[in-house]
Amino acid sequence: MKIHEYQGKELLKKFGVAVPRGIPCFSVDEAVKAAETLGGKVWVVKAQIHAGGRGKGGGVKVAKSMDEVRSFAGQILGMQLVTHQTGPAGQKVRRLLIEEGADIKHEYYVAALTDRASQKVAMMGSSEGGMDIEAVAHNTPEKIIKVFVDPAVGLTDAQATELSTCIGIPAASMAQAVDTLKKLYTCYMETDSSLAEINPLILEGNGGIRALDAKFNFDSNALYRHPEIVAYRDLDEEDADEVEASKFDLAYISLDGNIGCLVNGAGLAMATMDTIKLFGAEPANFLDVGGGATTEKVTEAFKIMLKNPKVKGILVNIFGGIMKCDTIAQGVVAAAKETKLSVPLVVRMKGTNEDLGKQILRDSGLPIISADTMADAATKIVAALN
Amino acid sequence: MSILINKDTKVITQGMTGKTGQFHTEKCQEYANGKNCFVAGVNPKKAGESLFGIPIYASVKDAKTQTGATVSVIYVPPAGAADAIWEACEADLDLAICITEGIPVRDMLMVRNKMKAKEAAGGKKTLLLGPNCPGLITPDEIKIGIMPGHIHRKGRIGVVSRSGTLTYEAVGQLTEIGLGQSTAVGIGGDPINGLKHIDIMRAFNDDPDTDAVIMIGEIGGSDEAEAAVWCKANMKKPIVGFIAGVTAPAGKRMGHAGALISGGADTADAKLAIMEECGFTVTRNPSEMAKLLKALL
Repeated sequence: MKIHEYQGKELLKKFGVAVPRGIPCFSVDEAVKAAETLGGKVWVVKAQIHAGGRGKGGGVKVAKSMDEVRSFAGQILGMQLVTHQTGPAGQKVRRLLIEEGADIKHEYYVAALTDRASQKVAMMGSSEGGMDIEAVAHNTPEKIIKVFVDPAVGLTDAQATELSTCIGIPAASMAQAVDTLKKLYTCYMETDSSLAEINPLILEGNGGIRALDAKFNFDSNALYRHPEIVAYRDLDEEDADEVEASKFDLAYISLDGNIGCLVNGAGLAMATMDTIKLFGAEPANFLDVGGGATTEKVTEAFKIMLKNPKVKGILVNIFGGIMKCDTIAQGVVAAAKETKLSVPLVVRMKGTNEDLGKQILRDSGLPIISADTMADAATKIVAALN
Repeated sequence: MSILINKDTKVITQGMTGKTGQFHTEKCQEYANGKNCFVAGVNPKKAGESLFGIPIYASVKDAKTQTGATVSVIYVPPAGAADAIWEACEADLDLAICITEGIPVRDMLMVRNKMKAKEAAGGKKTLLLGPNCPGLITPDEIKIGIMPGHIHRKGRIGVVSRSGTLTYEAVGQLTEIGLGQSTAVGIGGDPINGLKHIDIMRAFNDDPDTDAVIMIGEIGGSDEAEAAVWCKANMKKPIVGFIAGVTAPAGKRMGHAGALISGGADTADAKLAIMEECGFTVTRNPSEMAKLLKALL
């Protein structure tokens, strides 16, 4: 689960990391009032959407007067902000963060994430903050420094000092940088984050260290123990169909193609998508109905797939294990009837009670096309479309 | 022969009395030599009782002492699953198989580092399979986990995969064309896990009764690439490889917590390329895994 920058800064602040003073706003008037409350001569008007790259897309502006605050807030609120992470349609801006200006001497990058290979927490840093870190990693990988933290021990002073030194923190600011890194690490662990990134972490004119941005991602398996983080969830930032699917315990992700697919198991679902592509079409979604699919779940899955106007055909691929093919077949028939299915449907079933399942499909009187293998199913759905 | 488990393996079930544990324990007991293999359950509140004729003990240590079991299978719900893994490790079992899906990553990080620290201090190494995995099966001998037993057939092909149903797909194809399996192993879809592709490939290489292997991977992480590089230098048996997720977009978690593309090297295309370079017969068509393997024998 992702959260907004201002929420991330609230979290960082709670763990003792220095952040600029700022106020989240939902309207232009609120933005002006926030700037007045903050005082000073310079304010930053920042679009709050979950995607990165907001500055380049025109979602971050520095205002030097109240008129500018009003005008920038008006421009940014409600705009479709397009960044390299939003896709071409962009994301509508519904919230702003009004922040005091900062005296930036240098911009660094720091982040915490879980490293699969070493099974430790990687603390990363770079002297090249403030820009697209993927580009830095790609073009100059030597500029990304990593230290690996044993979670039983925690981030040591020596490791934090090593990382700070390698990214070029000046000696006078070393103590605060070490302290900031240790607090970032604690925040990462205690909130069950899967990513905690500060880009940029700035060195101020007076030598202070401050987090100018905050990006968090949380382990969804651990949200049950963090109601305070669940409260940060903003459904406007999530795909409406994916949210709807999650209510029925369906793992669903919309894609760009025109063949809807319904599969049991994440690995088999990806393999099915790949097979569709291999045979010349593109999948419209990833959809894993999981291990305990009921008629109700299958029906909901059909409804969600069919909401997508691009869907011109559906491929169902089930490997019956504990879940029996006849149960799924009943679900498919009920779903096809309830949704008055008008696009071609190919069903491939294997495993437990396969013959019973196929019989139910044949007896349904519906124009369901049966297939033996994934390849056969993909061939048939592609042919049915043309 | 087989890898990791056989008909003489004695198994403790942690979380046997829960709904999932009960359902699968009964199925495992019914399969092949299961009646003799599943010798103990663990539940501190029900110690002294029994279920399906299997005695329940207060702890893994007790169960091990009383029955001589060396392997455990874990169905404990997510919040307590990492503790259950640690209990199996503290009892010095040979292997713990964790079926549980949805364990917080931090819990897995903590327990994996504790397990490694115990080993580094000279303690016994307990292997971990999973979490979030279907388990493993040596056909006609023993099934430990949630896979449908009836699709398997005894034979000489090894299967390893992260995903459950994709493992069944490979097994189903093999059985259909008359090739049995030595052992089929699901290592699980979580980012922080125990045994990896490389460990299973090493075991299949050493197993005199495995002739060839189907290795299936997914997007995300570097495990398949590491296994491929090891195989290039060491593997004496033919391998068919498939990676799921060619069509998966970057930055989206495809069901499995581990199936998330982060850099450039963990895409399906990149992994397929490395596997091919390392001598695997790779395919982009998952329907022909078994057929390709047959041609290599």
